[in-house]
Amino acid sequence: MFLTISTSGDAGRPATDLGFLLHKHPDKAQRFSTSYGTAHVLYPEAGEERCTAALLLEVDPVALVRKGKDRGRGGAPDSALAQYVNDRPYAASSLLAVAIGSVFSSAVRGQCAARPELPGQVRPLRIEVPVLPARGGAGLVERLFAPLGWRVTARPVALDERFPEWGDSRYVSLVLEGELRLADALRHLYVLLPVLDDAKHYWISSDEVDKLLRAGKGWLEGHPGQRLITDRYLGRRRGLTRDALDRLERLALARLAESDDTEPEALDNAVDEDEDTAERPLPLAVRRRQAILGVLRRSGAARVLDLGCGQGQLVGELLKDARFTEVVGVDVSVRALKEASRRLRLERMTERQAARVALWQGSLAYTDRRLAGYDAAVLSEVVEHVDPPRLPALEYAVFGAARPGTVVVTTPNAEYNVRWESLPAGQVRHADHRFEWTREEFGAWAAKVAERHAYTVDFAPVGPEDPEVGPPTQMAVFRKCAAHDPHGPHDPQDTTGTTRAAKEAKAA
Amino acid sequence: MTGTSTTTGAPAPLAVPDLCLVVLVGATGSGKSTFAARHFKPTETISSDFCRGLVSDDENDQSAGKDAFDVLHYIVGKRLAAGRLTVVDATNVQPEARQSLVALAREYDVLPVAIVLDMPEEVCAERNAARPERAGAGLRVIQRHRRELRRSLKHLEREGFRRVHVLRDTAQADAAEIVRERRFNDLRHLTGPFDIVGDIHGCRSELESLLTALGYALVRDEAGRPVDAAHPEGRTLVFVGDLVDRGPDSPGVLRLAMGMVAAGHALCVPGNHENKLGRWLNGRQVNVAHGFAETIEQLEREEQRDPAFRERARTFVDALVSHYVLDGGRLVVCHAGLPEKYHGRNSGRVRAHALYGDTTGETDEFGLPVRYPWAEDYRGRAAVVYGHTPAPAATWLNNTICLDTGAVFGGKLTALRWPERELVDVPAEQVWYEPVRPLASEAPGGADGRPLDLGDVTGRRVVETRHLGPVAVKEENAAAALEVMSRFAVDPQQLLHLPPTMAPCATSAEEGYLEHPAEAFAAYRADGVRQVICEEKHMGSRAAVLVCRDADVARERFAVTGGVPGTVHTRTGRPFFDDAALTARILERLGRAVEEAGLWEELGTDWLLLDAELMPWSLKATGLLRHQYAAVGAASRTVLPAALAALESAAARGVDVSGLLGRQRERAEDAAAFTEAYGRYCAPVGDDADPAAGIRMAPFQILAAQGRSLATLPHDEQLALIDRLVAADGGGDGDGGEGGDVRGLLAPTRRLVVDTEDEASVAEGTRWWLELTAAGGEGMVVKPLGAHVRRPDGRLVQPGVKCRGREYLRIVYGPEYTRPDNLARLRVRHLGHKRSLALREYALGLEALDRLAEGEPLWRVHEAVFAVLALESESVDPRL
Repeated sequence: MFLTISTSGDAGRPATDLGFLLHKHPDKAQRFSTSYGTAHVLYPEAGEERCTAALLLEVDPVALVRKGKDRGRGGAPDSALAQYVNDRPYAASSLLAVAIGSVFSSAVRGQCAARPELPGQVRPLRIEVPVLPARGGAGLVERLFAPLGWRVTARPVALDERFPEWGDSRYVSLVLEGELRLADALRHLYVLLPVLDDAKHYWISSDEVDKLLRAGKGWLEGHPGQRLITDRYLGRRRGLTRDALDRLERLALARLAESDDTEPEALDNAVDEDEDTAERPLPLAVRRRQAILGVLRRSGAARVLDLGCGQGQLVGELLKDARFTEVVGVDVSVRALKEASRRLRLERMTERQAARVALWQGSLAYTDRRLAGYDAAVLSEVVEHVDPPRLPALEYAVFGAARPGTVVVTTPNAEYNVRWESLPAGQVRHADHRFEWTREEFGAWAAKVAERHAYTVDFAPVGPEDPEVGPPTQMAVFRKCAAHDPHGPHDPQDTTGTTRAAKEAKAA
Repeated sequence: MTGTSTTTGAPAPLAVPDLCLVVLVGATGSGKSTFAARHFKPTETISSDFCRGLVSDDENDQSAGKDAFDVLHYIVGKRLAAGRLTVVDATNVQPEARQSLVALAREYDVLPVAIVLDMPEEVCAERNAARPERAGAGLRVIQRHRRELRRSLKHLEREGFRRVHVLRDTAQADAAEIVRERRFNDLRHLTGPFDIVGDIHGCRSELESLLTALGYALVRDEAGRPVDAAHPEGRTLVFVGDLVDRGPDSPGVLRLAMGMVAAGHALCVPGNHENKLGRWLNGRQVNVAHGFAETIEQLEREEQRDPAFRERARTFVDALVSHYVLDGGRLVVCHAGLPEKYHGRNSGRVRAHALYGDTTGETDEFGLPVRYPWAEDYRGRAAVVYGHTPAPAATWLNNTICLDTGAVFGGKLTALRWPERELVDVPAEQVWYEPVRPLASEAPGGADGRPLDLGDVTGRRVVETRHLGPVAVKEENAAAALEVMSRFAVDPQQLLHLPPTMAPCATSAEEGYLEHPAEAFAAYRADGVRQVICEEKHMGSRAAVLVCRDADVARERFAVTGGVPGTVHTRTGRPFFDDAALTARILERLGRAVEEAGLWEELGTDWLLLDAELMPWSLKATGLLRHQYAAVGAASRTVLPAALAALESAAARGVDVSGLLGRQRERAEDAAAFTEAYGRYCAPVGDDADPAAGIRMAPFQILAAQGRSLATLPHDEQLALIDRLVAADGGGDGDGGEGGDVRGLLAPTRRLVVDTEDEASVAEGTRWWLELTAAGGEGMVVKPLGAHVRRPDGRLVQPGVKCRGREYLRIVYGPEYTRPDNLARLRVRHLGHKRSLALREYALGLEALDRLAEGEPLWRVHEAVFAVLALESESVDPRL
């Protein structure tokens, strides 16, 4: 990991002033210890007209992994660091940002004891970062640096010339040119290197907020990419993001109020590759939940399963309505359940509240005795996450084994996809969708399921119905046929005909 | 079975079942102890006096009564549990005393028998007088005992005693002779061979076909109806019950069965349907549901032709014994299954279990009783063969097998040959009766009638393996595996095996090396393994390949959809290819090689399960390459020239950067070597003509075929089979060279056998590895030639260890791992957990294959496969 800072000058303002600014003598190679290796500062050139300082960080890859293993205090949160094969020894990341902060600390603060007038002056600067990991690509690099007064040249680095089909890496070779104060330039790098890398080598704690505010003072407030920068810098820790935003707000910073009600996870929409769902999540998800709640209320269900509850949004809605006396969220992902538990604040509920709700890990690839006997079950945006060959297992687990009185299934309507402008033709809405059904396909599946398991089925649209391609979401409501079987409980000691067919049920 | 014998005149033998609780009843001084000592072993007789002595040091201390009887009951209970005839020597003249003993007999499912010594008063008095310690027991005690005895006599049978023998005087007592009778259900002396037939339900025609298929000669009456059948080799047919109801000709089945039983050609246990029929024939009211109406109608028609039939049927059904223990105790036959503790026992609940199974009292969605799956807990020595619960196919589970394959529901009629354990079946001629509950569901495992249940895989579990005993799976590991299994894996019906992880050889101290074959050879030598095979380690992605003869076999046997003849999945069970057409193309090509090599016939199978490596690595690892390996390559390649240029300029200016410059140059060399290392395993795949172009498969083990696990076949035999596949595929120069030229799909696996005791051979092995890895090979795997090998102390040895090449390890430990100070730190690695994990996963993998081979139901196979995946989520150094 390596970068150079160059400046130009003349006899009146020699370029070698850079040495004073950085507080590092141009004719010496100096070394500084950091926790992951040694930082070196040296000057490949140091003349009146042109002076270049190089910062080279020799990373110890073995130490990186060994430290990374002790997660927690001093350990690495970045999973790449658990690998011996990682780019940290080569790419400009938070390690380099930290090195800038410590090696050039007085320059970052804008102090220069020997020449106090220098830090306040703007200079022609040229910064080269040969390998900068840039999640979001050259475009984002441009968007982040250009507003700060830099002329940005960001050239993508190919992954491997031997295999051109692999395309470009996530690195760019970056050249920044501009007339800026050095302290500002260094603080831009200090914040934006880890932001572009979108990973940190250390655990993010609340003093990160202070660091960000300090380093961002004077330029972050008015930056159009402020939310993205804040969010990424703070490692997407929502609590911290809110904290930082709150405090930025108190500093009377303009742009926040208008987007205040945006969900933090929607913050990163400047970056296309982060966009894993093509539909605008909020409105349709809300409509879906409303539609499902309506069906459940009309069905008279009191004990409800949310199969594939994800982060528990529907569970939360159900809990608000007292008619639902028991709400069970089931998901196969333990992580999702943890998130759901956090969102629902399960541990802070009173005993009476908590008694109404449960979150279970479960899988519809298997029958599950716990799921029997409920009034209703919801499978909202679940079936399309199951490989088609494994749908019969889900079908049996729900309709054959658990057999709730009402089953609500929602799934995307593939026909509607042409109406999503951002969705390339033929693609599914979410990377994990194994298929998306047309209305006809969904109808055929649902009818077959209903017939096989003695349910009736009705369909309803969710979301604005397009005259041509239908609604964005389709919903099927299954109801178990009453009196499906004439048999009752079984008693092997049958001796009288009066106890009816029930008694001989064993005979099968 | 019940009867009272009052012996008068000539001494008749007193019959008692050979396992029963004999309760002696008689006044003090009536001679019970003398009687017991004469007819039973001292250890068989537990006397209240003895127990009184045990708790009070005084056999006559009447105050110790309660404790003494607690002890007596405890000892008797232990003996009965162990299946030992036991005699209680106490007065037992009071009903309460006998009641507790009858209850005890029932608790252990043995028959209570009473032997009453009804001696005259003077005899008792005389005997007591002769015993000084009893001198206190006056005449009044004797009289009271005799009064109580007299009052009890006629109630003994009602109290539950199944036999009552009464001896009236000393002459009878002295002349008495005890005869131990075999229990009715004890036919251990019959060794068959047997042909055991599942639930027939009036399917007389199918029964005739099955008997013919089994080799029996049918005997018919003048009307042409079968009345007997005999096997030329003297085999015995055994009916598991449910001969009647639902089907077209219940009387016909009964007639044939009755004839065969009467002629000694068959045995028969009753099913719940015979039980109901018996009640009806005895004039009791029964429910006519479940196909009984048909039987009544058929019987009434039969009665018009043969008025005696009904009575013969009644006699036959009444005489049926609920279960039989056969063939030296190795075989138990009953209708609805029987846990081991009930084998050979007699009680109401044994009969109820034999007839109805273990019902939980609940009913399922079809109104049918929920049955407790007793067979899943069965660990008994005897094979239990039963019927009752219709399933699409008969499968062994824990040494039990249910033969009800739903003949009357349009399934098939199945017989088990014993001791051969072969299944013979004939298809139903039609659906004679619509099942309330479908026999099979489309859910995985539904074909066995037992869809996979969450309880089979979640929570803390212990999987019993035949090669390593119990293997525990932690709850959190099962939870992680559940997500991967549910969201990403192929259908469990096709997921028959997951490759176990493999430990590397011990860390080498050799300069410049982290792994070296010397360690592998030394370790196997230390384990007493002389012959090892070194197999070239192909650098690709591990794949389990299930290849079927055609798509129909794949669909019927493994529920593969989409016309693909099998499946290819990764080590975590995910489909290897996203594209079904590509999978099909590769499997079809492999299938042709199997066909041409003649392995379908030779192994008697329509499918094979292979362990293989699919190449190139970039085929599957593109994401990893792009995000990690190539990324590191690109970053290093771009940054280091810039850094070197800066350093060189600084040096040119006279700044002392020599140490740093040298290190950066080395760093650049290491980075170049790293880039070279991963690049070797990458190649573009697919072209317009053939999406499979450039894909190569190196099978190195055939794991399973129909009905057998091949995982323990010695590796030289394994590779010989695989060589034939490679040859049949027409490819296999095996030089691992550049792609592009037209070659076969299959790649051979180069190998070398090394004798660990022979230094020259070991040196050759090392040389072979050096050459292999110098040419860009990943390394090799060293395995015991015999595949499945134990150490002299009985412990399993590692099924293989890997020795990875020096350059290859850059991909694992980073570009700069070979620097001495890095190597020194990296040598500190702990292999213990990895080795243990490798053995546990290996045992689970074998277990899954063994269960598959034995035709166990899907959930049993899946249990073991799932456990491998769960163990894979254990935290272990991923670089090992």
